[in-house]
Amino acid sequence: MSSSPAQNNLEIRDLTVDFDGFKAVNGVDLTVQQGRLHFLIGPNGAGKTTLVDALTGLVHGSGEAVFRGNDLLTMKSHKIVRLGIGRTFQTASVFEKLSVLQNLDIAAGVHRKASRLILARRKVPESVEHALETIGLTALARRPAGILAHGQKQWLEVGMLLVQDARVMFLDETVAGMSAGEREETGELLKRIVGDRTIVIIEHDMEFMRRYADFVTVMHSGTVLAEGTVAEIQADTKVQEVYLGTVREVAAHG
Amino acid sequence: MTLAGMTKSLSPAKLLRSHGSLIAIAAVAYVLLVWAPGSMSAFRLGNLGKYCALALAAMGIGLAWGRGGMLVMGQGVFFGLGGYAMAMHMKLEAAGPGKVPDFMSLYGDGTMPFWWEPFRSGLFTVIAVITLPIVVSFVLGYAILKRRVKGAYLAILTQALAVAFATLLIATIKQTGGFNGLNTFTTFFGHKLYDPEVKKNVYLIAAGLVILFLVILWQLYRSRYGELLVATRDAEERIRFLGYDPANIKLVSFVVAAIMASIGGAMFVPIAGIIGPTNVDAAASILLIAGVALGGRASLLGPALGAIAVGYGRSTLSERFPTQWTYFQGALFIVVVLLLPGGVASVWSTVKSVSGKWKSLMGSKAIAAVVDGDVDVNLDHDQPNVEALA
Repeated sequence: MSSSPAQNNLEIRDLTVDFDGFKAVNGVDLTVQQGRLHFLIGPNGAGKTTLVDALTGLVHGSGEAVFRGNDLLTMKSHKIVRLGIGRTFQTASVFEKLSVLQNLDIAAGVHRKASRLILARRKVPESVEHALETIGLTALARRPAGILAHGQKQWLEVGMLLVQDARVMFLDETVAGMSAGEREETGELLKRIVGDRTIVIIEHDMEFMRRYADFVTVMHSGTVLAEGTVAEIQADTKVQEVYLGTVREVAAHG
Repeated sequence: MTLAGMTKSLSPAKLLRSHGSLIAIAAVAYVLLVWAPGSMSAFRLGNLGKYCALALAAMGIGLAWGRGGMLVMGQGVFFGLGGYAMAMHMKLEAAGPGKVPDFMSLYGDGTMPFWWEPFRSGLFTVIAVITLPIVVSFVLGYAILKRRVKGAYLAILTQALAVAFATLLIATIKQTGGFNGLNTFTTFFGHKLYDPEVKKNVYLIAAGLVILFLVILWQLYRSRYGELLVATRDAEERIRFLGYDPANIKLVSFVVAAIMASIGGAMFVPIAGIIGPTNVDAAASILLIAGVALGGRASLLGPALGAIAVGYGRSTLSERFPTQWTYFQGALFIVVVLLLPGGVASVWSTVKSVSGKWKSLMGSKAIAAVVDGDVDVNLDHDQPNVEALA
């Protein structure tokens, strides 16, 4: 599904994140194409999360990352979100004391005028209702997010990205710690919502990757080691040399 | 609407749940506006008026600290801005048209600084009471919050401002009356202050403003902004990744809190008959915080009732134990912070939560306890946040 002008692609060129001389991300070139479930894999310390941190304004990176004509590396976090780029964190970080509905409503507020914040919510906004259905939490809408199961919290985070209408979603180890059933539900959820969005998933679960990845980027020591479809990655000798051993191991355990 | 629908919507339990806060505000309004003026002596009513003025500032602290997570320890500055603006006007009223306030001839050469002149106008004074704190708190808040200063640093910084403000006032005796402050007023917008009827009306204005701001805060807390503010308090970084700038969200409540403190200060002056550095310095600011902590900083009524209780306790205790009352107050503050960080307003949820834990210890109703007691969505009963006090 390649869109002709590719205007919603994220073009990353020579991205480097330097922590006092240690290059956590070192000259990464990456094109994140619209409409794909793009998996970002690699051993611990490969720079996957740091890459996402740099793209979302959490750490400073040099180089260029262009989305809709804007260089993300020069922007503040909240401006990047307003441009249509959202992310989740390794540990689910929903507002535990607020209800599921309030969580989604706050996320949907990005598209609301500031002057309207002074009013109370009278009815559930359409986008929120739709997101509740998509993530399957309609029945729990009025419950505090703190009581949700681990998997449900991650789905709520995905729901918050949906109401934000994020065109690019970075999901950081979303299925980690989920049961097999929850993983499958998450995979199907992501397939349902991807449409013309771009979903980048940092993942360690190789089985999950094989099942749902449209495209895979393998990172190692802050650089891109290989890119391609699941089959191409599995056939890549470089990946096999430095990484696939670990993959087999993980796959065997997972 | 059908009859069945009407009876359903009017069932007391449901009404209490959906309009509990409004009913509580109405009860406070009855006590302050009807009961107190009808049954209290003029002296006691004047005292209550002073506490109402302090309560306005305290309610602002409840907003900034309880809901916004900013421990503002220098609200005396804004209390002083409004207070001094009002006092300057009343001083000029007492002096008469074209004359200068008495203390300027006493300590200086009898010339008035140019910036006193506009305060001859009552309208200008009222506008200044509202716009001065807006401008000052916006500039300050913008500088502090955009730099992501928070927690103890914000507390120390705001406290230092109160110290600096009081020092400045003391140092400028020719312009502000120095340590003595501004006092001996005769009229309030043309009405003679010795008239009991005028005194009563000034009290009613102060009490009415408390009720008005309770309603404003009630709307603010139930609004989307209110939810966003609490979310920012609890997880500021997360809010950033929902596309909001937390500094802007907090700035709004910082400015609103400053306006409320300023209006409180402006009402304090005609009731107390004096404003001086001791009313606006660091100690005065902390006294306000004590009331807020006692009442429950995140609750709607807690800060106002806490401030009134602390004010009342202060005058009762100081009548009986003139030298020791500050110890009572200090002890009270320590007890509240240690044992009841959510203030008196959290007693019920604390008891519920403790009994819930007890039940789950007993085993049988573990799940029920978690659902009913431990996890509480009601924002009025905030979880203890001792960290913010550090």
